[in-house]
Formats: sequence, structure tokens, C-alpha cells
Amino acid sequence: MPKIEMRVNGKPISVETEAETLLVHFLRDRLGLTGTHVGCDTGQCGACTVHLNGEAVKSCTMFAVQAHGAEITTIEGLAKNGKLHPMQEAFREHHALQCGFCTPGMIMAAVDIVRRKPNADEKTIRQELEGNICRCTGYHNIVKAIASAAAGMGARS
Amino acid sequence: MTASLIGRPVKRKEDRRFITGTGHYTDDLSRPHQTHAVFVRSPHAHAKIRKIDAAPALALPGVIQVLTGEDLKADNVQGLICGWMIHSKDGSPMKAGGHPALALGKVRYVGDHVAVVIAETPAAAKDGAEAVVVDYEELPSVTSTGDAQSSSVQIHDEAPRNTVYQWALGDEKATGAAFANAAQVVELNLVNNRLIPNAMEPRAALGEYDSGSGIYTLTTTSQNPHVARLVLSAFVQIAPEHKLRVIAPDVGGGFGSKIFIYPEETVCVWAAKRVGRPVKWTAERGESFLADAHGRDHVTHGALALDKDGRVLGLRVKTTANLGAYLSTFSSAVPTYLYATLLSGQYNIPAIYAEVDAVYTNTAPVDAYRGAGRPEATYVVERLMEEAARKLKLDPAEIRRRNFIREFPHQTPVILAYDIGDYDASLKEAVKRADVSGFAQRKADAAKRDKKRGLGFSTYIEACGLAPSAAVGSLGAGVGLWESAEVRVNPTGSVEVLTGSHSHGQGHETTFAQLVADRLGISIDQVEIVHGDTDKVQFGMGTYGSRSAAVGLSAISLATDKVIAKAKHIAAYVMEVPEDDVEFKDGEFAAVKTNKKMTFGEVALAAYVGHKFPTDQIEPGLKETSFYDPKNFTFPAGCHICEVEIDPDTGVVEIVKFTAVDDFGTVINPMIVEGQVHGGIAQGIGQALLEHGVYDKESGQLLTGSYMDYCMPRADDLPSFEVGMTITACPSNPIGVKGCGEAGAIAAPAAVMNAITDALGVKEFDMPATPEKVWRALSGQRA
Amino acid sequence: MYTKPFSYHRPKSLEDAVALFGKSSDPRYLAGGQTLIPTMKQRLAAPSDLIDLGGLSALAFIRKSADMLMIGAGTRHAAVATSADVKSAIPALAYLAEGIGDPAVRHRGTIGGSLANNDPAADYPAAVLGLGATVKTTKRSIAADEFFTGMFETALQDGEIVTEIAFPIPEKAGYAKFPNPASRYAMVGVFVAKVKTGVRVAVTGAGPCVFRVPQMEAALAKDFSDGAIANIKVAADDLNSDLHGSREYRAHLVTVMARRAVAGA
Repeated sequence: MPKIEMRVNGKPISVETEAETLLVHFLRDRLGLTGTHVGCDTGQCGACTVHLNGEAVKSCTMFAVQAHGAEITTIEGLAKNGKLHPMQEAFREHHALQCGFCTPGMIMAAVDIVRRKPNADEKTIRQELEGNICRCTGYHNIVKAIASAAAGMGARS
Repeated sequence: MTASLIGRPVKRKEDRRFITGTGHYTDDLSRPHQTHAVFVRSPHAHAKIRKIDAAPALALPGVIQVLTGEDLKADNVQGLICGWMIHSKDGSPMKAGGHPALALGKVRYVGDHVAVVIAETPAAAKDGAEAVVVDYEELPSVTSTGDAQSSSVQIHDEAPRNTVYQWALGDEKATGAAFANAAQVVELNLVNNRLIPNAMEPRAALGEYDSGSGIYTLTTTSQNPHVARLVLSAFVQIAPEHKLRVIAPDVGGGFGSKIFIYPEETVCVWAAKRVGRPVKWTAERGESFLADAHGRDHVTHGALALDKDGRVLGLRVKTTANLGAYLSTFSSAVPTYLYATLLSGQYNIPAIYAEVDAVYTNTAPVDAYRGAGRPEATYVVERLMEEAARKLKLDPAEIRRRNFIREFPHQTPVILAYDIGDYDASLKEAVKRADVSGFAQRKADAAKRDKKRGLGFSTYIEACGLAPSAAVGSLGAGVGLWESAEVRVNPTGSVEVLTGSHSHGQGHETTFAQLVADRLGISIDQVEIVHGDTDKVQFGMGTYGSRSAAVGLSAISLATDKVIAKAKHIAAYVMEVPEDDVEFKDGEFAAVKTNKKMTFGEVALAAYVGHKFPTDQIEPGLKETSFYDPKNFTFPAGCHICEVEIDPDTGVVEIVKFTAVDDFGTVINPMIVEGQVHGGIAQGIGQALLEHGVYDKESGQLLTGSYMDYCMPRADDLPSFEVGMTITACPSNPIGVKGCGEAGAIAAPAAVMNAITDALGVKEFDMPATPEKVWRALSGQRA
Repeated sequence: MYTKPFSYHRPKSLEDAVALFGKSSDPRYLAGGQTLIPTMKQRLAAPSDLIDLGGLSALAFIRKSADMLMIGAGTRHAAVATSADVKSAIPALAYLAEGIGDPAVRHRGTIGGSLANNDPAADYPAAVLGLGATVKTTKRSIAADEFFTGMFETALQDGEIVTEIAFPIPEKAGYAKFPNPASRYAMVGVFVAKVKTGVRVAVTGAGPCVFRVPQMEAALAKDFSDGAIANIKVAADDLNSDLHGSREYRAHLVTVMARRAVAGA
């Protein structure tokens, strides 16, 4: 079995795992980080989105072994020292979630959007959300939350 | 006085766990020594099973057992049920074939359940399922709604011509007379396209059996765990009700699809005893496509009779409804009592006659999906109204105004008695917000850019708050549709509210807590809403049909009233004043004419300590229950207006503006209500433009079995929505609420299609309005 | 979704990768994995060995010369989309890359992987054929016109790895895509370029494999304007036809997208 070493939410991990273990299953089943969800089979719903070296990726579309040496952040690692990330705050403030299932992936994707496009307008935000499907909100409040968080995150940095 | 919590956009209590990834959905849960189930599914639309050979699967490492329908039979497990009896117009009961959880001799749709493989790991179970050899004798299939009755394919022996029932509602003779006297008749052929629900959390089940106590536990993705327990015990006979616990933890969306009692959940809980270990199953998305109950799928001919001024004289509707290969839990009620009863819309229509034939086909079962029957009804009525306006050259708002019901209560010719509404108000507000008066200019501007604009109305009504038990009982329902609640006050004054409603995105943990905190005058943080566990909550009919606030919260309201009454009684003794002198306000019990007062928390403690009142007259403790049965349905209504712009080069339809003005009665949390409207509209636009569950006519294969082919609405398919409200408080329940969960899905399809047909200048045009269909309509080519 | 088991290899060099390939019974190279992994999850592919090229950092580069843009096969779509060199040399290529899949896919998927896979609805083949690029491999250089041989088929031999794509910098280029409304892959994507050798028009998504439209190329060579091709229709007979679009509709869209590509060039 291949051995993999990585940092997950800041903690070093060093374990052996079957090569065929998908990153999402590794996070959920091996590390107990069940905030990252599986919503489809084809890499389209985005519920499994995590950050790999700071970039949004779909953890259902890579094997854990491919993350060897990488820094992974999941939804559980987004809040720092008990303080919610501004994107988490914005989702709550703007009612950008209902059932909550797509939410972790949506928030991880949203943080990545703002990192790349801090001044994204509504149209851009909607295009950037192409890889994340929500069935509850009609996206209306998600778009609002991301725009608002972008403004807040910009002000902070 | 503290400000009321009612009507305020209180941020959701449940959000913290969801935004931090610490919620607990079924698939997040694991048990020691659990096994994993994978189902062997039919690759054929219709086939006899000659033989199932499990030996190759059992030979694989990690495979523990392979179970089939014969094993269920050996354990006396019964088939799944349809809980609503419909009688045909000739008086005969509906013709229902058997619905075994695992096939017995025959499979009837692609994805049908043939066997289950239980193994040490999901991958081993998957390998096992691939290794089971099933010898099929393929049979011809029929999947299309319109072909089912004329096909020579016989899906269930019990149902000749694949016809489940031929049902009718209304006065055929009076309707015929209305048409005979009409100045104008408008007719339309309409298809209400099949939808696949796609809650983002796939269904999942974790079955457990405790051999010591003989208790089964099923943790599953359910909108109504008590109903699941009732059906699994009383009908499927897995275990007696008191030996079966059903838990629905965090559930990631339902939209109807998680109401039903499915084969997979049934098999997992039953197999837990067989295997002697917990059995876990989580659907892959592909399985959700194949085997979640689908929605809609109607073929309809509608005709509207009008006088020369555009007043409707009569409505005649003939619908064929596809129920799929088996009758799902509530399927029979959807195209009948949840559909034809709504055909009066917001209009004073003297005569209505509706005929509905329900048919079996070799497709996934069809059952309630967001709106359930009511979107189909609204679609028929509102497409016809718009067409009538065009034919009579009337303004679409004006023809509606000429027909609005303005006196309440109003008895329609199709059972329902509307209690209240103000349809002029919502129409007026929507027309204003949509800037209808500026449309002609926008259309002209678009034309200069070679684009086509269209505007469409939908003034819808729905019957929610399901439902008065006696009323639904007289119509064939197998259960009552009340709701139960328990309000438990702890000695320290905090409160647990146990409700039979189930939240899977609706925000009950906040809305319900708002009401209770408001009534008791305590902080909302002191109130915990408990739901989704048959061991905790006394009973519940669950969440669907926009019923949770109107029925579930009404039950909570009544139980809270009882708590206050008892607390008052106790406070009077403690303060040594007559009970009539005790006033309860803002969380304090005050004795008038004295300066004595007690906080709610102090009374709670006194209730449990029991030192200062006669416990032979008043029981200690502070906990009350209520079973609330509604007096009537509720009737949310409103007006949605859609404006589209079409690119004639490609046929792409852009929703440039979508305006919704709804009357949901009293609003407890406008933020949550608006969120429900947004989601509903998105699903309605999805139906109109994008979504379509398609089976191949020849092979019966599902062609739209993944997100590669089933077109889910994404963020860039939709605009931001313009949402407003008008309010007439509902007189039929103690809170004044009507329900808001389905309005968008009900109203939007007709609004979008009326806008598209307006832009295209065509009469008949079916959903979904895909770019190619629109392009063909414009280029005059044959599809 | 669970794939079949396989052996995983992380070679340190291209030579090692090729050697590993030769030693395995049913190997596949793994680049970004955005197509291969879903295919394996569906169990439509079950290689015995996966040889991960992800660690070969030498394959990830973007270099510009006076008249050429060289992109390493391991370059992620996101890197192409945001590269200042790509944006200045061939903005249409950056635009195309920005429209592949979604942001998360673009962070993983690579140009080499996309080309080796040659999905009939992928975007990159349109750019490579439209610009007349050269595909360099561990063995040789292959002209774009020779590279794409059929649906999911290329001129690559067993074990051969794409290493670099050399794009001539065009005078003008444009790309317009009509996405499949469900999958968002190209239902029709047209890349139009005016290069030294003339005008090239390449169409992806519409047929079983990316193809050129000589009639449009000739018309645009005379007059590089969208009006010049307004009445040129490709034959529908050989085009794809499915739930989302008939071959007639796709044929129509080829003209519409070609015009938009020209107008945007």
C-alpha cells in the first residue's frame, strides 16, 4: 500500500492507504472529516470541494495518493481559533443555505472564487459557481453572500 | 415590552453546524462492525427473472450474503404499499399490482431491485453486485405516458391496459352546458414533463438490530420517520411498531422524494437481523436517478369556455398521468385529489369537469415532487388563461381580474372551499414590481438588438396545510393528516419542543423556536427543536405539502398555550393570588393589583419542585402535548411574472426578470420564507427550461441518468429574483400561516412558458423549452 | 463510487514513466485525472497500473518566443487561463481555457491529458487544430492535422507521452462555444485563427472528432469577417445527434459559433 504524507487542516498525516482510495473517502472514512460530502458520481455537483494547496479541487475526482505532500483544507479547517471564516459568516448572514448538504463544498468554492476574483460581479460569481449545484436556494442568496464576503474579505486584507 | 420575534428575519439556529461541516447526515454515521449493501438492479425495462445465481458473488472476498425477494418472502416481509385508495368513476377500486422490495419473478423498470449484496466494504459489495448472474427473459416495454393504454405490454396482471384507475371529478353535464353556451373556446394540448427530484443528499439507510431487545433501528433520509415506521411495521411487517425505531438525522433536501417508503431502506433494516450486523447503504447519484420517485409526467388536453367578455364559464380537462412501474407511497393521490381539486385556480369558474387516467409504465415510480399535482393544475389553468387573453385580445392581467374570486369563503366546483385571499392585491403588486408598463419599450429595444422578448403571468393557487383528517379520509387517504407536538419545559426554564414535522432545509429549528420563544417570552437560545426520531417524538405525519407551519407549528402553538395555562395555575398558587389575577406577558407572570411577579423560569422551577401547590390537584412538572387537526386546507396564492429574452440565432432563452408576489398569510421569518420562494422558483424555471427525465422509447433505458444529461439548474442559468409579499392572515389555523414551500415550483413553469410563447408567437409549446426546440419554432422547421 | 484496485506509480522522470508503462500489463498514465478518474469510478476503465505524471514538474511550463507559445503538457487549465503570456500572445486560448469544466476542474486538468484523451466535446482540440499547433511527445513531433484521428483516438502510440504543445502565435484568433446545457462540455465549439499559413477553422463537440471547415477557411481568407461565413453551412450528415441537439441543430450552431468566434477575434 502506498504511504502518503500530507497536512490536513494544519495537522500532519502520515498513513498507508489503498491506491484506489479517493481523497473524499480518505477524508470522510479515515480521518472522520464528514463535512466534505459526496453528491454525485460525475464530478459535477461540487459537494466534495476542498482546497489542495490553497486551490479548490473536487476531492471525489482525485485519489488520496495524488495529494501526497500537499496541504489540504476542508470545511472543518476553515474557521480559525473558533472564529468563523468571513465566508461562513456571510452564508449565515444571507441565508445562503437551506438543507446544508451542498454548503461545505459551496463555501470552499466560494472562498476560492474570492481569492482569484476579489472584485467579481454577480454575473462572474454565477459563472464561477458552475461546478457547484444547490437544489434548495435557487442560488439567489449564495450569490449575495459571496459578493458580500468578497467585500468583507477585501477590507480585511 | 420586548419586540416580538414574529415577522423578524432571525438568523438560522441550525446554520452553525452546516457551515462548519459538523452536521450529521445519514452517510456521515457509521457503526462498529457495520456491513455495506449494494443493490443488483435490473438493466432491462421489463423482463422475467429465470434465475439468480449468487454463487460467483459469494465466492468473492468480503461478500457476506446475497439476499433476494425469496428471502424476504421466507421472512414474511410484505410488499410496499400505496396509502391512498382511489376509485374509478365506475366505482371500482384502483388496480394495484404488487410492489415487492426485491423482485419476485419479474422486473418492471431499469433500476428495479433484483437482489442485495452485503459485504465488508462498499467496494466488495459493489464487486459482488457485479458478479451476481441474473438470467433474464427480456419482455417488450412501454415507457411513454401516451402509449401505455394502447400498448400490448402488460406490466401488472392486475391492471388491464396498464390502467390503474379512470377517475373523474366535477359535473360533466354542467360543464358540457357551459361549453355549449360559450362565445369562445380555448383548447391546448399540454405535456407536464417528467422531473427527477435530485435532493443533493442521495438517499441512504443504516439498519441495525439489537438481538437482546429485539429492537430494529433504521437511520435514514426521511421526511417523515413516523410514517416510515408505521408503514414498515403495520404493512411491510418488518417488526411491531414498538420494536422499530426510525431516525431521520440531518437530511439534505427532500422535495417530496424522501417521503416515500422505498425498497432499499426496507431491505437494510430487515437485513440487519439476517446478517447480525448493521447494514449501511448510500445511493450513488446514478441510483438516485434510476430509483428515486420521479415527479409530474402528465399528458393533458384542456379546454376553457368563455363568454364574449372573457369570463370563464367552464373548464374541461382530460389528463393521463404516468405512475411508473409500481404505485409509490402516495402516488395515487397526486394526479387526483392534489391536482384536479386545484383546477379552479384563483377564478370563479361555475363548472369544471376533470377526467384522469393513471397508467403503469416501465419507468421509475412517480410520486409527489415539490408541489405535487398543484404545479400540474396551475400549469393547465394558467396556460389556458394566457391563451384565452391572446385569443380575446385582452390584457393578460385584465382577463384574470375579470375572473378573480373576491368573496370568501368560496366553494369551488372541485371540492375545495377557499377561506381567504386577495388576488387583486398580489397581481397589482407583481405588475408594479415587474414594471409591466415598461415592457413594450423593453421589447422594442430588444428587437433592435435582434432579440425577442416575452412576458408571462401566472396567478396560482395551492391547497396546503395537509390536511383535515376527516376530509382526506372521505377521499381515500389511509391516514389522518394532523400533526403532534410536545413542549417540554425543563426545571431551569429552558424548553425542548418535540415536533412531528421534519426539517430538511426548511429552517424549522429557527422558525418554530421563534414562535415558542415569542409566546413564552424567553430567549430563542433557550428553545431547542427536536425532530426526526420516533423514540423522542410521540408521533408525526412529517413534512411535505407545505404543511409544517400550518399544521406542525399550530400543534406547537396549542401545546405552548397549554404550558402557559398550567404555569399560570402554578404561579397563582406560588404567589398566593387568585388565578384570574395572574397575567402572563413578556415572560413574566404578574399578579395584578400587587407587585408580585415571577419569571417564566421561576415558575418552571416551582412546577418541578412541587413545594408550593397542591400536587393532588395539579400534577408536578411542566410539559404539554397537542395533536392538531386542521379545520381546512390553507390556500397560499399569488402572482408570478416572468420576462424572457430569446436569442433567435441559438434559441437560448434568458430569464431577464422574474417577479414573485405571494400571499402566505402571517410570515414568521421573512428571510426563510423568501429563501423557500427562491428555491421553488429555481425548480420551476428548471422544469420550464432545463429539466426532463427521458426514457428511450425502444430500450426503456433512462437517457438522463446523470448530471451529464439531466440538466440541473446552475447559478448562471438563473437571475436574481424580485420577491414580494401581500398578506391575508389565514383564518383556519391559530397562527394565520398558509405555507410557502412549494409556491415557486407551482407558479413558475406557467409564467416562464407564457413568456416564451408570447415571445415566439406560438400557441402550443412544451417544456422544457430547450434551445433547439425554441430555434426550431422560430425557424419554422419540423422537430 | 469505487474504482477497481490498481497499482500506483509516481515516476520521477519521463523515462521512468515510459519504462513503467512498458512493464505493466494494462497501464494508464494519470495526468489531471478529471476524465480518467470519473471513468474509472463508473468502472468503464480498470487499468492495472496508474502512472501518475502529476509529479513531473518539468512538464508544467508556459514559454513565449517571438512567434510561438510553448505550453508544457502538465500545465493546468487554470494556469493557461490566467497566464499573462497566453493572454498577450493568444487571448482566445486563455479564454478557451477559462471555459473548460469549472474552476475546480481547471485546477487539476492538464492540456496534455485533455489532448491525449481527445474527448469529442473537449475544448482544447479546437485550439490545437485551429491554430495548427504541434504536439510534442516523448518520441516525436506531431502536427495537429495528424494528431486527432477519431473519437477518443489520437496518433499517440502505446506508452507515448505528450510533453509540450507549440502554438504559432496568430494574427487573430477567436473561440466561441455553445455548451451542452447539462454537462457544460462543448456541444459546438469553434476556434478560428488567422495564422501565417492562412485561416484555420476548427470545430469541436459537433462531430465524433474535432474537424476543420475548409469552406469557411477559404471565405475568411478572402474576407476575415463574420458576414463572410454567414451562409456557409457544414453538412449535418456526419455530426453528432443526441438528446440535447440534433445534427441539424449542431450544423446550424457551427455557423453561429464560427461567426461569433470571428467577431470576437
